[in-house]
Amino acid sequence: MTAFKQSLELGLIRCRTCGLAVSYVSLRMDRRCPRCHSRIEHRTPLSTEMTLALLIAGIVFYIPANLLPVMHTSGLLGEADSTILGGIFEFWRAGDWDIALLIFIASVAVPFTKFIAIGLLLLTVRKNSRWQQHQRTVLYRIVEFIGYWSMLDVIVVALTSALMQFQVLGTAAPRPGIAFFCAVVVVTMLSALSFDPRLIWDRRT
Amino acid sequence: MSAAPPPPSDEELPTPAIQSRRWIPRLVWVVPIAAAVIGISLLIRNWENEGPRITISFLSGEGLQVGKTLIKYRDVTVGHVSAVVLSADHQTVLVSADLSKDAESLLKADTQFWIVRPRIGVGSVSGLDTLLSGEYIGMKTGAATLSERHFIGLENPPALSHGPRGRELQLHAARAGSLGIGAPVYFRQFQVGRVIDENLLPDGSTRVTVFVEAPYDGFLKPVTRFWNASGIDVRLGADGLNVQTESLAAVLAGGIAFDDGPAEAVPAAAGVPEEFTLHKNETEAMAPPDGDPHYVRMRFAQALRGLDVGAPVEFVGVNIGSVVSVDLGYEPRDKSFPVIVTAKLYPRRMGQAYEALAAQGKTESEETLAAFVGTLVNRGLRAQPRSASLLTGKLYVALDFLPASPRAAFDKSIRPLELPTVSGTFQELEAGVARIVKKVNDLPLGQIAADLHTDLNDLHETLSELHTRVLPSAVDTLSALHGTLDSAGRTLDVESPLQRSLAETLSESRSTLRAVRELADYLDRHPDALLRGRRPQKVPERPASLSSDAKP
Repeated sequence: MTAFKQSLELGLIRCRTCGLAVSYVSLRMDRRCPRCHSRIEHRTPLSTEMTLALLIAGIVFYIPANLLPVMHTSGLLGEADSTILGGIFEFWRAGDWDIALLIFIASVAVPFTKFIAIGLLLLTVRKNSRWQQHQRTVLYRIVEFIGYWSMLDVIVVALTSALMQFQVLGTAAPRPGIAFFCAVVVVTMLSALSFDPRLIWDRRT
Repeated sequence: MSAAPPPPSDEELPTPAIQSRRWIPRLVWVVPIAAAVIGISLLIRNWENEGPRITISFLSGEGLQVGKTLIKYRDVTVGHVSAVVLSADHQTVLVSADLSKDAESLLKADTQFWIVRPRIGVGSVSGLDTLLSGEYIGMKTGAATLSERHFIGLENPPALSHGPRGRELQLHAARAGSLGIGAPVYFRQFQVGRVIDENLLPDGSTRVTVFVEAPYDGFLKPVTRFWNASGIDVRLGADGLNVQTESLAAVLAGGIAFDDGPAEAVPAAAGVPEEFTLHKNETEAMAPPDGDPHYVRMRFAQALRGLDVGAPVEFVGVNIGSVVSVDLGYEPRDKSFPVIVTAKLYPRRMGQAYEALAAQGKTESEETLAAFVGTLVNRGLRAQPRSASLLTGKLYVALDFLPASPRAAFDKSIRPLELPTVSGTFQELEAGVARIVKKVNDLPLGQIAADLHTDLNDLHETLSELHTRVLPSAVDTLSALHGTLDSAGRTLDVESPLQRSLAETLSESRSTLRAVRELADYLDRHPDALLRGRRPQKVPERPASLSSDAKP
């Protein structure tokens, strides 16, 4: 890998909008493409900072998302508030282990994996590590890809609440937990988006 | 952007336009800060909303589910059961419940909890919603100022769970009858409240707590009388059959009624007392107060079957008391067993007579009363057992003036007063019947029977004689008679020789008679023929033969 040259080493920056190659001037300045006037950056500015901030926000939102009830059901047999973990347990106990597993992966495992993955990426970038650069890039792509699929719970609650409105027989209503869960998904997606994977390959001296 | 950059040449790379540094990306830290603030605020709110955790002990945890069973106050959910465990001694079930913050003020030292289950009683049906939703724990706040976190649950729901406005009263009664918690309280057949509690006091009497609802508690007065309205009151009076009941529910489940008692000298300013007496029935409730009883003792010489404790004692037909005890005594002098009846008398029941007597000062003390009774006894006052009903054979004691009765000694100093007695009317009747029976007994029935027996034997012999002797001869006689009649029939037959000879005889005698007539005619015409005889040519031959016949 040392054989490859970084664009910085050549003193070049490429405009991401029009592809114009401009010479590298200063890292700390706001630059514009002389041709299309869009912002020209060597790396996404403050990428690690934004990623970290959004990651922290995601972790913070993750706590109430799991503690607070996501859905309220009421019917002839009483009313109940269910949390995500409680729902998983109920499905598991009722014998629907497949559904329980699906919800667990989509709602608990995936966000948690994303925290770990983004955290790992941030840490290695900060340490300027050259460890497993290829694998980390693949990890980044995976994180970006699975982000969309974490909205499963939100969609389930939205559909159930909309469809299950039988007055006395049974009604379902969303509870604040689902909003936090939604926030977790959105914030982690933004966090992953704001990470600049080129940082994995940068070598700062 | 202020200055347009020079057009880039092919040889050298263009330099980017440089602008002041942007600070906006730093705003991204608002997101985690906001998240943290929201999270912390949630935590704080949760902590603030964290209501009290209470424990309630029940005898049974039937139907209680952790996390699902709710605590409701006035049908509003204020908490839920968070744990159900057995107590250390395994005697009770300890139910832990998390209550909401605003329910904290409801937790007083006398706050009550109970498990709401479906209940179906005679008077009401309650808790039907729990059939579907499962049991929940009902709650009623108390009035105490002290706060409390540990409670003992009620096994039965209180009659008043929502604390309506009204007045709570204590009623004292010897026995509660068929009253139950929730039994209705009536004022003029209008339900105005219900029984909320029943207690057996240490002295054995019962205390019934009733609740009269708000607009109706104004009907409660110092003179109010309460009575047990359970059941049906059927009375056969001079005006016909009279059936009275407060309501069908009261018939089945019991009930209490109240109304104004007779106006009395009660201070108008007196408030409604907290305690009343619960009378047995309306009549007893409405009767004027009896005052203190006086005890009297009566000694009867005859058996008093049918005289029960509680039987009335009547003075000139007015019920003035009741029998308290019926004991068997022993009289050593004549070795007899008299029946000793103790009765309590309420002189106040004599009404106007009592007032008149009181005006004369004859009822003030035991001594004057005894002296007064003594004069009454001298005038013929006697106690007499009388039959109250021929059907049941029940007796009552009548105090009546019987001037014809023999004089009786009356000791004024004996306490209780001892009233002289006479035997009852029924007993006299019994004695009369006994005398009749004795007379019947004395009749020589054996002798009469023996005589009758002999006579019957004679009759039997006579009849057998008749049978063996008289009847056969009678049969012979009859058959002889039959033969006689038969021969008579034969004799009288037309073809019989007798008939024939008779006919011949008759015809001969006819011709004879003709000859005689001819002779008579001849003689009439020829009287001389007697002397001369007949002329031969004129006389036929016959008459001459006939004349010999006719002569005799």
